[in-house]
Amino acid sequence: MSSDSPNVALFVTCLVDLMRPSVGFAAVKLLEDAGCAVSVPATQTCCGQPAYNAGDRADARAIARQVIEAFEGFTYVVAPSGSCAAMIKIHYPGLLADEPGWAARAEALAGRTHELTQFLSDVLEVDEIAAQYQGIVTHHDGCSGLREMGIKEQPRALLGRIGGLALRESPKAEACCGFGGTFCVKYPEISAHILDEKIDDIAATGADTVIAGDLGCLLNIAGRLKRRGLAVKARHIAEVLAGSTAAAIGEP
Amino acid sequence: MDATSSAFPENSRRALADERLQEALHRLADGFPARRREAVDRLPEFDQLRAQARAVKDHVLENLDSYLERFAAKVEEAGGHVHWCRDALEARQTVLRICRDAGARTVTKSKSMVGEEIAINEHLEAHGIEPVETDLGEYIIQLRREAPSHLIAPAIHLSKDQVTETFKAAHGEFPVGRRLDEPRAMLDEARTVLRKRFVEADVGITGANMIIAETGTAVVVTNEGNADLTMTLPKVHIAITGIEKVVPTLDDAVTVLRLLARSATGQDVTVYTTFATGPRRDDDVDGPDAFHVVLLDNGRSALMESDFRDILRCIRCGACLNHCPVYSAVGGHAYGWVYSGPMGSVLNPGLVGIEEAHHLPNASTFCGACEEVCPVGIPLPKMLRHWRERAFRARAVGATGRAGMRAWAFLALRPRLYRAVTGAVMAVLGALGRRRGRFRRLPLAGGWTVARDLAAPQGPTFISQWAQRRRERS
Repeated sequence: MSSDSPNVALFVTCLVDLMRPSVGFAAVKLLEDAGCAVSVPATQTCCGQPAYNAGDRADARAIARQVIEAFEGFTYVVAPSGSCAAMIKIHYPGLLADEPGWAARAEALAGRTHELTQFLSDVLEVDEIAAQYQGIVTHHDGCSGLREMGIKEQPRALLGRIGGLALRESPKAEACCGFGGTFCVKYPEISAHILDEKIDDIAATGADTVIAGDLGCLLNIAGRLKRRGLAVKARHIAEVLAGSTAAAIGEP
Repeated sequence: MDATSSAFPENSRRALADERLQEALHRLADGFPARRREAVDRLPEFDQLRAQARAVKDHVLENLDSYLERFAAKVEEAGGHVHWCRDALEARQTVLRICRDAGARTVTKSKSMVGEEIAINEHLEAHGIEPVETDLGEYIIQLRREAPSHLIAPAIHLSKDQVTETFKAAHGEFPVGRRLDEPRAMLDEARTVLRKRFVEADVGITGANMIIAETGTAVVVTNEGNADLTMTLPKVHIAITGIEKVVPTLDDAVTVLRLLARSATGQDVTVYTTFATGPRRDDDVDGPDAFHVVLLDNGRSALMESDFRDILRCIRCGACLNHCPVYSAVGGHAYGWVYSGPMGSVLNPGLVGIEEAHHLPNASTFCGACEEVCPVGIPLPKMLRHWRERAFRARAVGATGRAGMRAWAFLALRPRLYRAVTGAVMAVLGALGRRRGRFRRLPLAGGWTVARDLAAPQGPTFISQWAQRRRERS
C-alpha cells in the first residue's frame, strides 16, 4: 500500500458487525482493491440512530460524540449503509449544533463521510468490477440512502459492471420496505403489510436476487421472503460487488 | 370529535383487516401519486414555485399578526365581520350565535377540515340547527355518521357498494327498486337531494383554502361547485379557517393555488376556484347579505413558538398522505382525530396533546416520501422526531421500549462491555442458527418474528474477526 493511498476508516455499522460480518469484509475488499488503506477503529459500536429516532436525544448525542472521537484523523469515513452514513453526515451536525467545540467536529466528520457505493462511484470513480454474478437481480433503494444521501445511480452503475448480472428494475424500487428501525417491532402488523407489498413487487420482477445497500432493509425483506417460502435471495450490494461466497441472508 | 389516537394500534389492526378499506386504499395509492407525478412533470417551474410558496408562507408566519390585522380591516371595509376565536369552543359558540341571529333552521356546508376540528356539525345539531354537507364525499359520510378519512377525499375509505347502501337507506323519497350501481346515478340522486337543501338553507358555512390580506378575500377551491352554492344562496356566509391560512396578496394566493391541485389530485387547477370578498354589493347579481370570517387559533399560535412552526405552512393538499406507506396501509380513521397521515401526525399532537397522540409520530418508518412531495417543503420526518423527543421526555412511550432503548445506548457507550456482551450473544445465536440459517421464533424477538424469520448471525462479530486478522498479519 503506497503512502498516498486514500486513508479510509470503515464504519462497519452495528448490524453488519453483529449479524453479517461478510458485508464488512466485502467492503474492505472493495476499498482495498480500489487502492485505499482501510482502518477499522475498534471503539465503534453504533451510530446512535435507534436512540435518535426513539426521541432519546441525550443518548444520541453521547453516541455521536463517541463516533466523532473514534473517526477523527482519517481522510474518509465509509459505511456500507445509506442509513448509518446519513445519520453521521446529515444528522450529527444538527444534533450537536449547540454544543460548543462539538459542532465544528461534527461538521468536519460529516464532510468526510460517505456511503460505500457513493464513495466507490463518486469519489474513487471505480469503473472496473472483477466479480461475476450469474442471475437476474433487482435493486431496492433504502429510504435514507435514496432521499437523504441521493443514492440512486451509483449502485446501478456498479452493478452494471458485473459480468453475468442482469438488472431488472421494479417501478416501485423506491417504496419503503416497512423496516423503519424499531418501527417494525413497535407496529409489526403495519410493518408486515408494507413489507408484503415490497415482497410482491420484488417477486413480480422475476428477479432471483434482491440487492440493497442497507442490512436493515435486507434482514426485513429476507425474513419475509423466507417466511413466505419464496426462493428469491437477499444480498447486500457490497457482497455482490466483492464476489463474496457467503450464503445469502437467512440461508445456512 | 373525540380523539381516539391513543388507540392507534387497535385502530390500525382493525383497518388492516378491513378488506373493503384495503381495496379503497389501493385505488388511492394507484391513482393520486401517479397523477401528481404527471402534473409536476408538465410544469417545469414546479420546484421554483415550491420555493416561492415556502418563502411566502414563512414570511407570513414571521409577520402573522400584522397580516391578520390587515385582512380583518379589509373584511370590515368590504362590509364583512371577523371573529377571532382562541379555541374550538369559542369558534363553535360564534358560529352558533351567527346562525341563531339569522334565525337559521338549516345550514349548508362545504367541506372544511377546521369545521371538523371544532366539531361544528355536532354542535349545531345539539342546538336544533340541521347542518347539511354538500361536498359529495362529505355528504356520504355525514349520512353514515363517519369522520373524513382524507384531507381532500373524505370518503376515500368507502366502496361504491357501501355508497349505494347508504343512499338506499337514507333517501326514502326515491323508488326502492331504482338502479343505483353506477357513480353517475348516485351523483344524480345526491344532486337532486342537495339542490333542495341548497335553496332552503339559511346560512352557508365554508372553509377557506386561503385568506388574502390585501383584499379581505376568502379563497375556496372545489371540484363540485358546491362551495359556490353554499356561499351565494343563503342570506349569510360564514367562512371558518385557521389563522395560518393568510397570504399577503392575490399573486401569492395564485402561487399557492398553482401548487395545491397539482400536489393534491394532479389537476392543473381545481374545477372551481372562488374568491369571496364581503357580502353582496348593490350591483352584484347574487351573494349573501352578511359575510363572516371565523379565524381559529386552537393551538396554532403555540406551535408558532415551537419546533413545529413549519407545519403551519401546510396547505392541506394531502400529498403526504397519498405517498405515506403507513397512511396507505391503515387509512385516515386509524389516526383517531381530524388530521391523518404525516401532516396529521405532526399537527394532532399539537392540537390534542402528545399524551393522547403519542403513537402518531412514532408510527412512521421515516421513509421521507412525505417531505419529498410536500409542496411547501415541510420537514415532516424532522418534526415527527421532535414529537418523539417530547414523548420520550414525557415518558409517554411504553416502559419496555424505553428500557430497551436505554439499555442499548448504555452498551453502545461502553465499547468494551458492548464487545463482550454482543460477542457472546452473537456466538450463541450463530451456533444455534447455523443449521437453518434463520430463526422462526426467538425469545424477546416476537415483534420481529410475528411476520418474518430472523436471519441467524454469522457468528464471530466483524470487529473480533478484524482484530484476529490484524494479529495474524502482524
